[in-house]
Amino acid sequence: MTFEYAPAPESRAVVDIAPSYGLFIDGEFADAAGGKVFKTVSPANEEVLSEVAQAGSEDVDRAVKAARKAFEKWSALPGAERAKYLFRIARLIQERSRELAVLESLDNGKPIRESRDSDLPLVAAHFFYYAGWADKLGHAGYGADPKPLGVAGQVIPWNFPLLMLAWKIAPALACGNTVVLKPAETTPLSALFFADICRQAGLPKGVVNILTGDGSTGAELVAHPDVNKVAFTGSTEVGKAIARTVAGTDKKLTLELGGKAANIVFDDAPIDQAVEGIVNGIFFNQGHVCCAGSRLLVQESVQDELLDALKRRMSTLRVGDPLDKNTDIGAINSAEQLARIKALADAGESEGAERWAPACELPDAGYWFAPTLFTGVTQAHRIAQEEIFGPVLSVLTFRTPEEAVAKANNTPYGLSAGVWTEKGSRILWMANQLRAGIVWSNTFNKFDPASPFGGYKESGFGREGGRHGLEAYLDV
Amino acid sequence: MSDRLSVLKTYKLYVGGKFPRSESGRVYEVTDSKGNWLANAPLSSRKDARDAVVAARKAFGGWSGATAYNRGQILYRVAEMLEGRREQFAAEVADAEGLSKAKAAAQVDAAIDRWVWYAGWSDKVAQIAGSANPVAGPYFNLSSPEPTGVVAVLAPQESSFLGLVSVIAPAIVTGNTVVVVTSEKSPLPALSLGEVLATSDLPGGVVNVLSGRVNELGGPLAAHQDVNAIDLAGAAADAELVKALETAAADNLKRVLRPRNTDWTADPGTERLLAFLETKTVWHPTGV
Amino acid sequence: MPTTVPAYGKEAAGRLASMADVTASDGALRRFLHGLPGVDAVGLQARAATLGTRSIKTTAKAYAIDLAISMIDLTTLEGADTPGKVRALCAKGINPDPLDRGTPKVAAICVYPDMVATAKEALTGSGIHVASVATAFPAGRAALPVKLADTRDAVAAGADEIDMVIDRGAFLSGRYLSVFEEIKQVKEACRREDGSYAHLKVIFETGELQTYDNVRRVSWLAMLAGADFIKTSTGKVAVNATPPVTLLMLEAVRDFHATTGVQVGVKPAGGIRTTKDAMKYLVMVNETLGDQWLTADWFRFGASSLLNDLLMQRQKLSTGRYSGPDYVTVD
Repeated sequence: MTFEYAPAPESRAVVDIAPSYGLFIDGEFADAAGGKVFKTVSPANEEVLSEVAQAGSEDVDRAVKAARKAFEKWSALPGAERAKYLFRIARLIQERSRELAVLESLDNGKPIRESRDSDLPLVAAHFFYYAGWADKLGHAGYGADPKPLGVAGQVIPWNFPLLMLAWKIAPALACGNTVVLKPAETTPLSALFFADICRQAGLPKGVVNILTGDGSTGAELVAHPDVNKVAFTGSTEVGKAIARTVAGTDKKLTLELGGKAANIVFDDAPIDQAVEGIVNGIFFNQGHVCCAGSRLLVQESVQDELLDALKRRMSTLRVGDPLDKNTDIGAINSAEQLARIKALADAGESEGAERWAPACELPDAGYWFAPTLFTGVTQAHRIAQEEIFGPVLSVLTFRTPEEAVAKANNTPYGLSAGVWTEKGSRILWMANQLRAGIVWSNTFNKFDPASPFGGYKESGFGREGGRHGLEAYLDV
Repeated sequence: MSDRLSVLKTYKLYVGGKFPRSESGRVYEVTDSKGNWLANAPLSSRKDARDAVVAARKAFGGWSGATAYNRGQILYRVAEMLEGRREQFAAEVADAEGLSKAKAAAQVDAAIDRWVWYAGWSDKVAQIAGSANPVAGPYFNLSSPEPTGVVAVLAPQESSFLGLVSVIAPAIVTGNTVVVVTSEKSPLPALSLGEVLATSDLPGGVVNVLSGRVNELGGPLAAHQDVNAIDLAGAAADAELVKALETAAADNLKRVLRPRNTDWTADPGTERLLAFLETKTVWHPTGV
Repeated sequence: MPTTVPAYGKEAAGRLASMADVTASDGALRRFLHGLPGVDAVGLQARAATLGTRSIKTTAKAYAIDLAISMIDLTTLEGADTPGKVRALCAKGINPDPLDRGTPKVAAICVYPDMVATAKEALTGSGIHVASVATAFPAGRAALPVKLADTRDAVAAGADEIDMVIDRGAFLSGRYLSVFEEIKQVKEACRREDGSYAHLKVIFETGELQTYDNVRRVSWLAMLAGADFIKTSTGKVAVNATPPVTLLMLEAVRDFHATTGVQVGVKPAGGIRTTKDAMKYLVMVNETLGDQWLTADWFRFGASSLLNDLLMQRQKLSTGRYSGPDYVTVD
C-alpha cells in the first residue's frame, strides 16, 4: 500500500463570481461604450468564469478623464490621509484573502498553495508598505516635497494578476497619483474584485479605474495624451513598443519585462537547498515568472549528482487541479501560452537537446504542460536564449566562475540571477559580476515590498518595491 | 609686436585613449561667434561612432570595476590638469561662445569646480542611492547602484565647456564609460578636453570624444545595440530629433535622459549622477 | 545505484567495509564529514514548512493515522517508572483503543533497561518490540565500559532494540573517530548469545548539536558506524525533534542509501504530540524517501502523548463526530 494523498480541494464557495462585469470608471461599473465583451475562462478546465467588458478608446478616454478629475483632490490630500486609505485597502485584502486566493487560482490556474501562501500575503504587504510612505515622501531622498506625476496608465500581466496590481497601484496612490489600470486579458477578475475593495475602503471616485480589455486597450491607454506616467509589466516586445509610443512625450516610463535568468550552482553548493531553489526557480507559478531561473548553469564536477537529485525531486511534483491544496504545479494560463511553450520545447528537441520529464498524468481538459528538463543545452540553443515563460528548464554547464559569469551575462536580458555556493567571498564576487537587477544567493524567487525589483538591459528600467519604487511615481 | 607666425593645432578626435582623425577623412570648419575661422574639426562618421562604442565597451569592465576611491582620485586628477590649462580653455570658450575673457574664465572656473564636485561623489553615491532593505524573513537584503554601462552623450550645443563637463563627469564618476558627441558648432573645448583626459590617469576608452553633426551621429548611437543609455541634452532644440532618437533607443531599451531646459551654471543636483545607474539587489539567507 | 540491503542484515557490514577508507583515521573521517554538502538553514526550514502545508484528508488521513499508530515507540522514561506503569503502557500498546480492536498495535514500547524484562513479559506474543534506552541515557556521560554494560544488560533482558545516545561532547569537540568507535562498540554489545543483534538506534540529541551541518555529519558518522536507525532526540532537552532536523536526517539516509545501498531507519522523538504533526512527518518521509520507508521497520515516532491524539482523530473519522479525552485511555 502506498501513501496516496486524497483530493483536498479548497472550497470554491468562498468566492462569488458574477456572470458579467463592466468597466470600473469613476467609482461605477459600466458597460463598454462599444458594448463589446469577452469571456474569461479557467485554464484548468476551460470553464467560462464570467464575461467582462472590452474597453475601447472612448472608455479609455472616460477613465483617464475620471482619473484626471480625481487627481486634483487626491494629490492635495495630506499624505497621512492617503496613507489611511491604503491601510484600509491592505486590511480589506487580508480579510478577503481566501476569497481572492481562490479567485486568482480559478482565473489564472496557479496552485492555491501559492495564491494563498505567496501572492495574497505579498499583495497585502505591498499596500501596507506603501501606505506608510504616503506621509513620509519628503524623507525618501527625492527632495523635501516631491510631487506626484498625475494620471498613471498601468498595464499588467497575467502571471501574478493581483500582485502586479498591488505593485502598480500601491506606490502610485501613496505618491498622490490617480490610476487607470488594465489587467491582462486572460486574468481580469481579481482586478475587478479589487475595485470592490476600493468601494469598501471608501476610496474617492476616480482615484482607481479598472479597464478590462486586450492589447489594443493597453495600447490606447499608454498612448492617451493626458496620461503622465506609464508603467508596464509584460513582454520585452510589448515593452519596446510602449517605449516607442511614449518617445518624444513627457510621459515618465517604467518597464518590467522579460528575463532568462541563470541559476548558477557551484560544486560546493548546499545541494539539497540548491535543488529546492532550482525547482522553486523554474516551476513556481508554472514558470510564468519573468525572473524565473530558466537556465540552470551547473558546474561540471557536480552535474551528475545534481541532475539525479533534481530529477528525483521533479518526480515528486504534483501537477493538477489548482484548487487542490496539494498541487505544486497548476495549469498553463492560456491556450496561446501553451502553444508557445510547446513550440519552444519542440525546438529544444529538434536542436538536439535532451528532453526529460517525470511521468505525470495531465488532465484532459484545460491547458497543461509537465515540468520539463533539457540537458545538453548550449548558449546557441533557442531554449537557452528565448524566454519560454513555462515550466521548462534548460541545463548548461560551466567549469570556472569566470565561465559561469560569461554565460550568465550572455543574454540581452538582465532581470535576475541565482548563485549557489557555500563560499561567502565567491558569492559576493559573483554578485558583483552578474549584470542583473536581483541576485538571489543561496535562495531564489524571494519577493518583499521593501526590496527593489527590476532589471538591467532589455529586462526594462525602473524599480518596483522599496524606497526606490517611489521614484517611478514622483516628479523627480 | 612680434611677427612670428603661430603654430596652429590640429584638432583630433579622442577615441580609446588615442587621437585619430575621422576614418572618413572629413573635416568641417569651426568659426568663432563672429564667423572667423578657428580650426578644422574632424567630421566624425557613423563608423567613428561605432569605433568609439567598441572602445567604451572595452574600457567598461576595468573602469566600473575600479574602486570608487580610485575613480574619485582620477577625476580629481583631471581637475588638476584642467586647472593647469585654464587659460587655454578660457580662450577657446571665449571664442566659441562669444564671451568676454572674464566671463569665459568664469565658465571655465565653474567647470573645473563642478568636475571637483563630481569627483567627490564617487564613493558617496552608493550611500545615497543604495539601501538596506528590511524584508519580512530571514534574509540579508541590500540594494546598491551600479553603472548602466556605455552611455552615449550628446553634449549641450550652447555651453561648450561647462555644459560639456556637466554631462560627462556625472556619467563616468559612477563607472560608466561614455561616447560624447561635442557641441556641433563649438567642438574645440571638447576636443581639447580629450588632450587633458589623455594625460590624467583616466584609462583610454572611458571617455571618447567625437566632433561632428548631431544629426549624423545621434542616430547610429541611439540605435546601437551595445549602447546602454543615451543623454539627449545636445538635441534639446530639435523636438523631432529627440523623438526619433528616443524611438530608436527603444530597440534595446536604452535608458533615455530627455533634454530639459537646463541652466548649466545652476547647481546641477544629483539628477545626472543618478540617471545612469542600475539598482542591484542581493539576497542571502541568514542562518547558522 | 547499489542494491538495497537492510542496515541490520549481515550484508550491510560488507557495504560499510567498502567505506572503511573514510573512517580509517580521525583525519580521514573529519575530511569526509566536512566534505559533505553544506546545509542552508533557511532553505531547509522553508522546504520542511512547505511539506507541512500538505493537506491530508479522508482516505489518506485514515491510512496515515493507522500507519502512524503502527510506527509509535510508545515511551515511558521517567524516574518514577514502575513495573505497574510499564505493564499498563504495554497493554495500551497492544490495544490502543479498547473500543475498536481493529486499531493497529504500536511498534515498540520504549523503557529504561531495568524495565525491559517487565515489558518483555507483558508483550509476550504481541509482536511488539521492546526498545530500551542505554549508554547512560540521556546525557551519555559515563565511561565506555559502563555504557557497554548498560547495553548488554538491556539486550540480555530481552530488548529487541537499543536506543543509545552519542557522546555529544566528543562530537562537538571534533573527536569524530571517538564517537564512531563508541557506536561500533555499542553495536557489538547489541549482539545476543545466538549471534543475532538487537537493532541499534543512535540518538544524536540534535538540540545540543546546534547546527544543521552537524546533524548531517553526525548522521553519516552514525550510519557509517552501523546504526540501524538514526534518532533525533532523547526528549529530555529543550529542543527535540523538529521537522527540518528530521527532513535533513531523511535526506542523509537517502544519500547514504544511494551511496551504499544500506537502508537505515529514522526516528524523530520528543515534542510530536498531535496527529497534524505526525502527518507532516509522514509526508516528509513519503516525499523524501518514499514507500520503502513508510513502515514501522524504517520509520518510528518516539512519543507518549501522540497516540491518544491519533486515536481521537481515528474515532472522529469513523464516527463523524469529534472525540474527547474521556474516550481514550490515560496510560
